[in-house]
Amino acid sequence: MAKTGTEMVKRGMAQMQKGGVIMDVVTPEQAKIAEAAGACAVMALERVPSDIRAAGGVARMADPSLIEEIMKAVSIPVMAKCRIGHIVEARILEAIGVDYIDESEVLTPADDKFHINKKEFTVPFVCGARDLGEALRRIGEGAAMIRTKGEAGTGNIIEAVRHMRTMQAQIRKVQNMSEDELMTEAKNLGAPYELLLEVHRTGRLPVVNFAAGGIATPADAALMMLLGADGVFVGSGIFKSENPEKYARAIVQATTHYQDYELLAELSKNLGTPMKGIDLNTLREEERLAVRGW
Amino acid sequence: MNIGVIALQGAFVEHQKALARLGVSSVLVKRRQHLAGLDGLIIPGGESTSIGRLMREYDLLEPIRDLAQHGMPMLGTCAGMIILAKRISGGEEPHVAVMDVEVARNSFGRQRESFEADLDIPVLGSRPFPAVFIRAPHIVSVGPNVEVLATYQDRIVAVQEGHLLALSFHPELTDDDRIHAYFLDLVG
Repeated sequence: MAKTGTEMVKRGMAQMQKGGVIMDVVTPEQAKIAEAAGACAVMALERVPSDIRAAGGVARMADPSLIEEIMKAVSIPVMAKCRIGHIVEARILEAIGVDYIDESEVLTPADDKFHINKKEFTVPFVCGARDLGEALRRIGEGAAMIRTKGEAGTGNIIEAVRHMRTMQAQIRKVQNMSEDELMTEAKNLGAPYELLLEVHRTGRLPVVNFAAGGIATPADAALMMLLGADGVFVGSGIFKSENPEKYARAIVQATTHYQDYELLAELSKNLGTPMKGIDLNTLREEERLAVRGW
Repeated sequence: MNIGVIALQGAFVEHQKALARLGVSSVLVKRRQHLAGLDGLIIPGGESTSIGRLMREYDLLEPIRDLAQHGMPMLGTCAGMIILAKRISGGEEPHVAVMDVEVARNSFGRQRESFEADLDIPVLGSRPFPAVFIRAPHIVSVGPNVEVLATYQDRIVAVQEGHLLALSFHPELTDDDRIHAYFLDLVG
């Protein structure tokens, strides 16, 4: 008997994305550009995060007809975002057949206390996390993939670096702890004990961990891979740059060849202007997206 | 024994781990020069358009085709099977194109239709193989020299053409290493 929606096929799907670049797109034409450049998946949105910031107001799930058009336009997997805790948006995305749901802090949260119980779905979920505790809470709810949050729509890599470094440092710490210390550490991190025990034994998250939130250049993508990311999400960085096709291809290649510095130098040449970035110090606390998530 | 694993995109580390469990070390192949001195090659699962694109960009298609035609054993899983096939349904341009088969991409549906199933693969013995199918392709037709190793619901999902093996599913995701062992027997 065939079994669908198992942990194996959900997590396995994320494993197939490793070493790849998942690109935000807002039209079928952008999706085709992403696919041709070698993206391993696209994230179908109505607006990229930098435009969500600029627009203000409540950011919701995209119109399903737009997502379906993008699904028809490409053969690679299509992901889409629902609001944190919005069970029905997630069910709608599952019903139209998206390949992965991102329960995302980039949209305005629908629930200020609880995330979706993702184990009940056949379609896998990716969730954002700033640290190990947050990642393990999401995995405990059924997330099959984690992305460190960074600060979406800023074109500024500092938060992505901070979150990935925090995650890796906490994993190393847990790995080196005595088993006697793990229950208290689980309490301190707010992490499920069984999952923390697994991290202690394996020295890694139980699911794939991509980097996101601020990647704007090939060098940014390579930096996140060097810091231990399994792959990268690029949001505004591609289609808000001067030359999206060039940026898309260069970022895909930089992610694969992240330790080949001579090649990275070539890939970084003559790309034109990247997306305009935001200095995080100019961002008000309520404008920070990464703090959403509980 | 020196096995290469194509490491452009996808689940290449999982193949390395499976080989390691069998006591075989492996090298990651990202550029042409990494193909030197290999006894066998694995093309992993991932996104075939990403892997195909990067193979073209870095001039890997021809050298791999050449090695396959000169008898190097190769194993392609899922995307790797698409990369090895001579024909892709729908007219998509083939990649390494060395196995006399036609494959259809994503032929079981989207991710929500991805599944696990126990598969009978007679060359591996009577115990069923735990097969994981993720947005999997299947083989629509095979040439005269291709042996069908397994079918699932009347679709061909595992084939062998002499020294070349291709599978719709992902043996690298489970801890059943019989397919990797079978491949290593082909390497010698």
